[in-house]
Amino acid sequence: MSVPPDILSSFAAAMNRATPQAEALGMETLEIGDAVAVLRIPYKAEMVGDPETGVIAGGVVTTLLDHACGQAVMAALGQATSIATLDLRIDYMRAAAPHQPLFARAHCYKLGRSVAFVRASAYEHEVDDPVATAQAAFMLNASAGREFGANLKPRPAKPVA
Amino acid sequence: MSTTAARVQAMFDAIPYARFLGLKLELAGDEMTAIMPFAPHLIGNPALPAIHGGVLGAMMEMTAVAQVSIARMDDDGSPAHLPKPINVTVEYLRSGRPIDTYARALIKRMGRRIATVHVEAWQEARAAPIAALRSHFLLR
Repeated sequence: MSVPPDILSSFAAAMNRATPQAEALGMETLEIGDAVAVLRIPYKAEMVGDPETGVIAGGVVTTLLDHACGQAVMAALGQATSIATLDLRIDYMRAAAPHQPLFARAHCYKLGRSVAFVRASAYEHEVDDPVATAQAAFMLNASAGREFGANLKPRPAKPVA
Repeated sequence: MSTTAARVQAMFDAIPYARFLGLKLELAGDEMTAIMPFAPHLIGNPALPAIHGGVLGAMMEMTAVAQVSIARMDDDGSPAHLPKPINVTVEYLRSGRPIDTYARALIKRMGRRIATVHVEAWQEARAAPIAALRSHFLLR
């Protein structure tokens, strides 16, 4: 299925603005289409994980890669359905350079009926010189009929098997 | 608050990203619980709403960092360098509701250079975790 790239990219931009965490980190989608998404975050003082060096926290890289992977799935689907991260592995190769924006490129290389598989890389300049790489699996149609605001209600207590 | 708890909280408060997440630490003996009070900027899915998966991963990673730092604290309380993450694997079990999240870390092995740490995060019930993390850290 192919959706015009400008429709997909304006949808991704709207999604970023409507997602408080993406907005808080200043996430921007630079490219989206053909099962690929490229995102950027600026360097911000509140992202620092090591005050001695000014290097941003691994968690920021995790959030960027998770978000980029999700948008790659959306690019592969060519439509907005509810997806949820099932599993995410991050390998940290080196510290991100302080005071520089960070990019992430994610590719959804397999789209199944229920599960999508994605690889991603975070970098400052070249995708082949990564700060970190990610491998993720996403559940498709993750809302499973749960309505808007479903998480506002407490979960019924259930014995755990 | 014990001196160790005060020192670890102070070390944590010096990390801007820990403040961005709003993380707090509670220490009972050598058992630490990290608390991430709910805040609107943590949301990743505004429809449900649900906490961003990356934020849950980040919170658990910070919990692991704190637990390793507590374990490596000298008797005089001077903290070692922060452990550097090598890799983390996050399992997402339930979506994070817009309420407070708790996490506890278990150091499975602490070697000279590498620490292996498991973390679980929960909200309403400890027995129903919302996410789990397995991680390796490089010690400096």
